[in-house]
Parts: sequence; structure tokens; C-alpha cells
Amino acid sequence: MIEAMPRTLFEKVWETHVVHEAAGEPALLYVDLHLVHEVTSPQAFEGLRLEGRRVRRPELTVATMDHNVPTLPGPIADPLAKAQLDALRANCEEFGVKLHATGTGSEGIVHVIGPELGLTQPGKTIVCGDSHTSTHGAFGALAFGIGTSEVEHVLATQTLWQRRPKTMLMEFAGDLPPHLTAKDLILAAIGEVGVAGGVGYVVEYAGEAIRALTMENRLTVCNMTIEWGARAGMIAPDDTTFAYLEGRELAPQGADWERALGRWRSLASDEGATFDKHVTIDVSDLAPQVTWGTNPGMVVPVTGVVPSPSDFDDPDDREATERALEYMGLKAGTPIEEIKIDRVFIGSCTNSRIEDLRAAAAVLEGGHIAAGVNALVVPGSAKVRLQAQAEGLDKVFTDAGFEWRLAGCSMCLAMNADVLAPGERCASTSNRNFEGRQGRGGRTHLVSPQMAAGAALAGHFVDVRKLEPLTNKTVTA
Amino acid sequence: MKPFRSATGRVAILDRPDVDTDQIIPKQFLKRIERTGYGEFAFFDWRYDADGTPLPGFELNRPEFAGAKVLLAGRNFGCGSSREHAAWALQDYGFKVVIASSFGDIFRSNASKIGLIAIELPEHEVKSLMEGVDLDRGSDLTVDLAAGTITAPDGRTIKFAFDQTTRHRLLEGLDDIGVTLRLSDEITAYEQARPIA
Ligand code: SF4
Repeated sequence: MIEAMPRTLFEKVWETHVVHEAAGEPALLYVDLHLVHEVTSPQAFEGLRLEGRRVRRPELTVATMDHNVPTLPGPIADPLAKAQLDALRANCEEFGVKLHATGTGSEGIVHVIGPELGLTQPGKTIVCGDSHTSTHGAFGALAFGIGTSEVEHVLATQTLWQRRPKTMLMEFAGDLPPHLTAKDLILAAIGEVGVAGGVGYVVEYAGEAIRALTMENRLTVCNMTIEWGARAGMIAPDDTTFAYLEGRELAPQGADWERALGRWRSLASDEGATFDKHVTIDVSDLAPQVTWGTNPGMVVPVTGVVPSPSDFDDPDDREATERALEYMGLKAGTPIEEIKIDRVFIGSCTNSRIEDLRAAAAVLEGGHIAAGVNALVVPGSAKVRLQAQAEGLDKVFTDAGFEWRLAGCSMCLAMNADVLAPGERCASTSNRNFEGRQGRGGRTHLVSPQMAAGAALAGHFVDVRKLEPLTNKTVTA
Repeated sequence: MKPFRSATGRVAILDRPDVDTDQIIPKQFLKRIERTGYGEFAFFDWRYDADGTPLPGFELNRPEFAGAKVLLAGRNFGCGSSREHAAWALQDYGFKVVIASSFGDIFRSNASKIGLIAIELPEHEVKSLMEGVDLDRGSDLTVDLAAGTITAPDGRTIKFAFDQTTRHRLLEGLDDIGVTLRLSDEITAYEQARPIA
């Protein structure tokens, strides 16, 4: 008997979903779950209407309100945002799509509610008009962001034309040191491979450091896959994955659960499966990471200094560094710990789940944010918010001087009223430090929830490892 | 989608690496529910100061680049957010073609869906095209998708590779959904063989 060729996790999921394929052509892939939000969908629904088309599988389509929603209670003041949310509501009604609307208790950031509801499952193909759809790959799903034309295509056909991407294995060697997080791990990786290092690849994250991560931390890693150009990141499902999923509202139940488990257990890459590229990153000496520039690859350890253009050989890199330093209002050589901050944002699909809030609260407990700092915590979903309140975390945050807000994307992209003023500097747990991302002229530094909390207390970046023991919150400025 | 065969027009240069889609179309313009009218907001925060006055230091505000149809851009152009608004904005601004040494995956795919031609050339070719542009008087170039060639301002012909399937679709102006719906029976057969939820 001929042995089957060893296959990667990606290949197994891909091959199960090919509906049609001709030599030399892209494949037509079936989409198991299509997530929808208000910003990238109105033109797609309008396209369907203009052509008299329907949604092929409304039951595989799930919508939420997240990007535009206010995080303070009360009616929405912005008329444009309101019109967009109203359009989503009307479209979902017209086309029979389930909507997790604001105020229903199941709303939240699209990439937070998928896993939370148990909709995100191993082996599924998942798409959304949002680049951080890569998040869902933490479950061993093939999940990636698409544009609005493709959203319309998926609505109409439940499929997508895709060229088969190349595969990469990113292996993390060593154990993450104490107080280091998934955010530090992925930021350091992006710093190493660069923001275009993954273009054209689907990456599988592996290694002991990944296996040791909780499900929520794995979501943080896969979330930032798009920040180094790879469209999808995947982690082989294991007992951690299954334990997280079991009993969730929309996860398989009873006999279905047992059958699903059998399928899911066979998804991991086979021994001897080959990848087009293999990268190894050692995390055993990792220090907490802080971005200094205007893309997520511009990152250094908190123990480091702001780099200088002359540190780079490539003329494009040198110029980009100069521009970034100017935009960020930073001088080369400044120790990261001396950078003072004005604002703190804990939230976004990268770091707004319950474990993130617990981690930040543990740093804050008994302490108070520094004078002059304004700090915001925005839970990723209505359910995360309730859970945090049940655990008394809201109290820890508000006692420390944070504002405790309603769920949404909020200051991750600042489409609502949560915006940085020009020149304001923010320690943010989100995923993008692009120019203007959190408000025109705003300066974003990406960090872990622990590091954001530490910076809030001190008024400048601090090495959270020095905050031990976490019961003593006196931070000297 | 309108068929695209070739375009001749003014060249603009934006020689910065990693230009993300947040810069191409900032988030304050994503609240609109239309597909059109984004051109005036393209690169808004780079193009205008807080009062709406054009910033002379921004490349695309150079008079020699006015009315440009071809954008020569730095590596990894269009990285970041999946917002198709970025491709809409460039097209509505007047660009027919963007040439760079690499693109963000989603941006490139979005561009191909709306007939904005995203051409990848080796880095040195992009740089040499940039160097060939007359910065005092402006330059024109021609992109012929059918032939797979660029005619540089100095008359030199450069060949470019392009995904065959996408090229065919762009040349014919085919609607993706229309093409796929012809495969409805295959999709139905797939659904019957592998039922989901
Ligand atoms: S939290 Fe930020 S990155 Fe995530 S979906 Fe919302 S806007 Fe996008």
C-alpha cells in the first residue's frame, strides 16, 4: 500500500474546501463561516440588491456591530455612523442574516465574538471583510480577511476564488520567560521578519511556547499575523483548543461533539510534512516589547533605546525611520523607559478578552494611574464586560483611575469618539501603530496589557518584570 | 467592471515603503455606505493639513504629478487593513495603474476586483522607472496589459509578469460573481457531500 503524503494543517483544511479547480487557475474554496460588520459590508449588500441576488447561505453568515459603535452609553450621536449601523440592521433583516446588534448582550468585536460563541472551530474556512480575521486561525481554522467585492462574492456564492498560497512554519524555540506574553512574542517575531516578511504565505505557528499558551493568548498571536503580511496564521488544535470550545453556545454538542473531536484531532500537520519556508525564533530571552515607530515591525525591548536611522543599511529603511521618528516626536537613543505617555488604551481584538483584562488588572490592583494620564479600558464584547464585572475587575480599573467602557473597536481605529488628540502619546494594546490610526497626529506605542497597565501607573513605559511583587504598586517615576 | 487593455498617462511617484491602507484612505471616510467619491479623500492626512490646506511637501501635491494615471510606489504598498475603500480611492483619484516591487495581499486582490491594475516589478526596475521621471516637467508612461509591457518615459520597454486568470478577467471586464454562479451546480454538489451546520 502506498503511504499517504504527509500534509500540513493548512493543506488538510484547504483540500477539504476546494469546490472547483482547474490546472493553473485559482481554486474555488467553500466558506464555512462568513463574519460581517458595518464598515465593509454596505456596498456588498447594495451590490446584491442591484443584481437581484440573494445570500446563498444566510445561516453561515453572522454579523455584529463593532467598528463604529460608541463606548459610552446613550444614543449614537454621529449621523454617518448611525446611518452605517442602520444600514447593517436593514441589510441583515432583508437578507436573513443573524445580527448581534448593540445592546443585545451578544455584541462585540467580530473577532472576539466568533470564538466566544463557539462559532470559530478547527478546520473551518472563515472569512470577513477585515484583515484581522487571521485571529480565528488560533483554532486551526483557515481564516483570512477579504475586501468588499469578495464579501459580496461570498454572500452570493458562499465561495471565494483563491490562489493556493505558499506555506511557512514559524517555530518558537524555548519557553516564554515569566511575565512575558503572547503580545511580546508576536511583536518580537514581527520585528525580526519585518512587516512584509509573510506576504504570500499562510503561516503555521508552532513550538513549545505556542503549545503552552492559553487559547486567548493564541488568538493574540494569530491576530497579528496580517501585521507581517501573511494573510492567515494557524495553530494546530489540541486539548487546550477543545477545552475552550466545549460547552460553548454554538459549538457541537453531544454525539456531534464526539464526532467533531475525532475530525479535529486529525488536523495537526503530519510528521514529515514540508513547508515552503521555515523560520525559528528563540523566545527564551525575550524582554517585554514596545513599538517606537509607525508600523508594528518598528519594535524594541523595553530595556532598549529608540533606534537611529543610521542603524539601518537600506536607504528606504533609513528614510522610513527618519519619518517615523519625526511623526512620533522621538529622538534616536532615548531609552524606552523614559518615554512619557498621555493616554492608555486597553482593548481591541488583539487584547480585550477576559484574560487580558485580568492580566492588566493584576498589575493595577491597589495602584493609581499617574497624574495627567487618561486611561481607557474597552472590553472586546458585551460578555467579556459582564464576566469582568462579575469578577470585580471593573472596580479595579475604575479605582485605578481607568474609564470602564462598553464593548467595541473603540480607539483601536478611532472611528467613534475615542480618539487621540494631535501629538498625544498612547500606550495601546491594539495591533496597529500606523500614522493617524488612533487619531490624526496621535502617537501609538503597541504593548501587552501588562505593559499598558504598568505605563498607566508610572506615566512612562516601565519594565513590568520590575513591578514584582505585583502586590506592591509603588512605581517611582 | 470595465475592460482594461492599456493606459497611457502621467506618472506620480510615492517612494515610501510600507504605505498602509490607513494612509491611502483614513478611517474618518469609512463611514460612507457608497462605493464612489473617495478620490478627494485619498491620502487625506498626508495631502492636507488640519485646516484642509494642501501640504506642499506631500509628493502627490507636486504640480508635475497632477492628473496622474500611474502611481510608482515603494515596496509593500497597500499593507494593513482590508478596506477596499483604498483601491476605490486610488481609482477615483484617477489612477489606473499602481506599480511597486510588492503589495499587501488583500490590497492587490481588491484592486484586481475593481479593475485597478497592480503591477509587481523587481525593486531595481521600479527604482529605475522612478529615476527616469522628469521631476521638473513630469513624464508619461504606457501600460499595456494585453502585451504585458510598460513603455517607460525614455521609450524603453519593460516586460511584467501578471497572473493569467486575473489578466483575462481584467481584459474582458468579467464579473467574478457571474462567473462563479455558472458553477452553482458544483457548489450545490459540494454542499450535499459535505453538509455544514
Ligand atoms: S479592534 Fe481594531 S483591528 Fe480589531 S476589528 Fe476592530 S478595528 Fe479592526
